[in-house]
Amino acid sequence: MKFGVVVFPGSNCDADAYHAFKDALGQPTTYLWHKDHDLRGVDCVILPGGFSYGDYLRSGAIARFSPLMREVREFAGKGGLVLGICNGFQVLLELNLLPGAMLRNKRLKFLCQYVTIRVENDKTPFTRKGTKGRVLRIPIAHFDGNWYAPLETVKEVEGNGQVVFRYCDSEGRLTEESNINGSLNAVAGLMNKEGNVMGMMPHPERAVESILGSEDGLVVLHSLLENIS
Amino acid sequence: MNTLHDDAVLARHNLTRGEYDLIAKLIGREPNLTELGIFSAMWSEHCSYKSSKVFLKDLPTKAPNVVQGPGENAGIIDIGEGRVIVFKIESHNHPSYIEPFQGAATGVGGILRDIFTMGARPVALMDSLRFGPLDNPKNRSIMEGVVSGISSYGNSIGVPTVGGEVYFDECYSLNPLVNVFCLGLAEKDKIFYAKTEAPGNAILYVGAKTGRDGIHGASMASQEFGEDTEAKRPNVQVGDPFKEKLLVEACLEVMERRIIVGIQDMGAAGLTCSTTEMPAKSGNGVEIDLDLVPQREKGMTPYEILLSESQERMLIAARPDQVAAVKEAFAKWDLDAVEIGKVTDGGRLTCRFHGKIIVDVPVSAVVDLCPAYNRPWKEPEIPARRRSGATIPLPKDSNDILRRLLSSPTIANKEWVYRQYDHMVQTNTALLPGAGAAVLRIRGSKKGLAMTLDGNGRYAALDPRTGGKAAVAEACRNLACVGARPIGVTNCLNFGNPEKPEVMGQFKAAVEGLSQACKAFGIAVTGGNVSFYNETEGIAIDPTPVLGIVGLLEDIDRVVTPGFKASGDTVILLGENTEEFGGSEYLEAVGSISGGAPPEVDLDREIAVQETLLEAISEGLVRSANDPSEGGLAVCAAECAFHSPGKIGFELDFSEDLRPDAILFGESQSRILLTVRPENAARVLEIAAKREVPAKVVGTTGGAALKIRVGGKLLVDLPAAEANRLWMDSIPKYFAATKSPS
Amino acid sequence: MKARILVSFKDSVLDPQGQAVRNALHTLGYEPIRDVRQGKVFDLELGGISRTEAERLLPEVAAKVLANVVIEKYTWQILED
Repeated sequence: MKFGVVVFPGSNCDADAYHAFKDALGQPTTYLWHKDHDLRGVDCVILPGGFSYGDYLRSGAIARFSPLMREVREFAGKGGLVLGICNGFQVLLELNLLPGAMLRNKRLKFLCQYVTIRVENDKTPFTRKGTKGRVLRIPIAHFDGNWYAPLETVKEVEGNGQVVFRYCDSEGRLTEESNINGSLNAVAGLMNKEGNVMGMMPHPERAVESILGSEDGLVVLHSLLENIS
Repeated sequence: MNTLHDDAVLARHNLTRGEYDLIAKLIGREPNLTELGIFSAMWSEHCSYKSSKVFLKDLPTKAPNVVQGPGENAGIIDIGEGRVIVFKIESHNHPSYIEPFQGAATGVGGILRDIFTMGARPVALMDSLRFGPLDNPKNRSIMEGVVSGISSYGNSIGVPTVGGEVYFDECYSLNPLVNVFCLGLAEKDKIFYAKTEAPGNAILYVGAKTGRDGIHGASMASQEFGEDTEAKRPNVQVGDPFKEKLLVEACLEVMERRIIVGIQDMGAAGLTCSTTEMPAKSGNGVEIDLDLVPQREKGMTPYEILLSESQERMLIAARPDQVAAVKEAFAKWDLDAVEIGKVTDGGRLTCRFHGKIIVDVPVSAVVDLCPAYNRPWKEPEIPARRRSGATIPLPKDSNDILRRLLSSPTIANKEWVYRQYDHMVQTNTALLPGAGAAVLRIRGSKKGLAMTLDGNGRYAALDPRTGGKAAVAEACRNLACVGARPIGVTNCLNFGNPEKPEVMGQFKAAVEGLSQACKAFGIAVTGGNVSFYNETEGIAIDPTPVLGIVGLLEDIDRVVTPGFKASGDTVILLGENTEEFGGSEYLEAVGSISGGAPPEVDLDREIAVQETLLEAISEGLVRSANDPSEGGLAVCAAECAFHSPGKIGFELDFSEDLRPDAILFGESQSRILLTVRPENAARVLEIAAKREVPAKVVGTTGGAALKIRVGGKLLVDLPAAEANRLWMDSIPKYFAATKSPS
Repeated sequence: MKARILVSFKDSVLDPQGQAVRNALHTLGYEPIRDVRQGKVFDLELGGISRTEAERLLPEVAAKVLANVVIEKYTWQILED
């Protein structure tokens, strides 16, 4: 399975994602330059973390106008797999490929730490190697991860089972404290209705080697691999 | 008699009449105002090291692993397997006091440029921060600004901030210290230097446009602050981490492809610094046209263009046949590379403006001929050294003292700070912040890199020589505690006004102390920074030498962490307890100041203790290690419990004939608290005996309480969870007003 | 031509920064300030188009780029011709 990691100016987790998919997962992986109009035949597009265009207007707001996004939109429209991590999630929201928007974290601080998230839906291409209710330990690092959407949208998203991960405590309980950034319904990962586009604030690519403290991110990577065989 | 500029003009440029006359002699005429500005910036303390040079000569700068010592943008150490590390620490104290957020942010930007300028990809940042006490809202606001500034720049550019230190003391209220460290990795044969190489080469300007930012920042950092400092606000530069991220990628790309010959960043003294230092190193000159310099504002004068400290700018020398490729490479990253001049022979900097030559000076005069001063110094008076017989009253309740120490912001957990920093990006961070040293894995190697920043201003204030030695000893001890051996040093020496003999005496003694310690450890100082004039309204900071020491782990899988690993492990103390209280957090906590000299550092003992630990680690015996520093043994052991999964408690027992408060809270040097499985204790004691290091079993891990007996009496008995809460909550409590408003 | 676009959170969206500012003002004793909503100001310089064209262009760039209409609202005005 071939993975493509999009590089925007200001992306800074592009090399980490590349390393995770290429070395930890052992799959052919290529960088995709934002100015190109070519997805190089990849099976899955990764929008990595970072500060695309400095996040100067809003997180992810300028990246959505990058030339390559035309192809990404088409690819997603045809059912292609797209995974947005952190800033990549923010870009997917700005692209309207996912519903809602990101607000500043509830305590108004950048947060970098391990969090625990619960698998809410294990029937997705991103989680089929996990089981519903499983708790994963994966780091976050963001300022704007407080997911928001109008009430009707939230209802629809919940009704469709689009919430893939929620922030929880180490036992899998949803508490005020474990909802680290204040997201509505503790949303940590969200997919589109069709189930081929997912955004998540936690960084699975940072949790794929035991030397770094967790391998739980492999659940997402290994799940993706199941989609083509 | 030189009369073109009066005393008021010279005073504004921080030049003495004697320096002015020397400038006139060196250039063969009196300088015009623009030229005066050039000399003023380059001959400032910040750029020229004119007061410190004579004393810094004493530092060891050579060792077999040194590829580049002081004098370049950063030091370089060979770590084997064809790789080198490029690292440096620099102060941004003055700008951070004036505008904490931007001051700290641009400090990060500046040190990053020093590293990638040399062809290395920055892989780690650390910060040594010192603020006034947090009960003062002004200090809280400075700290909040500094931490957000570091966070904003480092996170955006994608270089992890993996560690550092934060201290609080009244002496930093009006002079906070912000010392920023960066480390990069490069292939040994791909290092780049600041050079112009040969006449005819093109000079290219890349990065942000030039504005009226920070004009005379270099001279500002070389003056005491007075009440009018508020008015210096417009000088503050604003950082653009996004632009810098593009610069990193573009610069590393042109270096990787070898399509340039030399490169330097424009930091302090901006375009002036790079257009003189680069040709000076190659024995060339440079001719530039100031009208071609990209400008952000209209109507800038040559003086302003040359001395602007706008951030995120680099100067590149390239062969004429490389220019097109360089421009193309920068265009890919949406950056302009503008040819503003060329390399000449004859060793002069010539600047043209509106067709007229307005600057024509020999670069060597600007760069190399600033006078070095042997300023008057006064040997510091050291309080009486005593290892016993302290007169302070014995505490009634040791639990209460421990509670106070754990909640003292200097000792308390710093998560409030480091969770605002992305410390995991680049996915190499093998040991997260909170331990004595940070550890990075090196991709494609079995080895690991450890790094730490250390310094104790209170020790140095009492005895600068010992303070210098202790900073080196503690830094190396912190490295040993994770299993690393020191390989190289960078230092940031923060002092008051060097024109005062007392301050110069402190500086001289501290440098001697750290020099002696570096020699004992066989490690070289490869660069760093001197920050003088940390005085506001005549009040100086404690002398604060901060050491950045990098260590190497031969086997990253053997990394040791401070947290206890299991109940029932044996706790061993290496080294010896003494009755030394000077400069301790304990004295601060009980409100007493007459504690005598700071704890003595016996370098032979220190090295023997560290070697014992490293040998035990290499045999795979050590489960956790931590060194007693601020707050002494009780705090050290408590930290091991807090870092353990499930907060494992301990029971320790001491029977020495010493004051109990000395055992619990004294800060005697050269001690390490480690744990092993019970069956391995004998082997560790054997290694220690072989090296003539005092070592003994002092207790076991387990239970849910922190328990310490001295002379049979249970003096410390606190639930681990309660103690951990105090330690965790102390700093966030001060900032509670800014938490969730909902 | 000079124009200004103001972007701020919709009334239904929590504005934690605005609330933090309000709380800070209250701690400083500015009690009469009941609420603060924080926003962004974009000052634009336009050229080569008529006022009518500008009146069409400004809301377009506000809605498409400068504001995220899921959470933000905007107003615009032409400051000088």
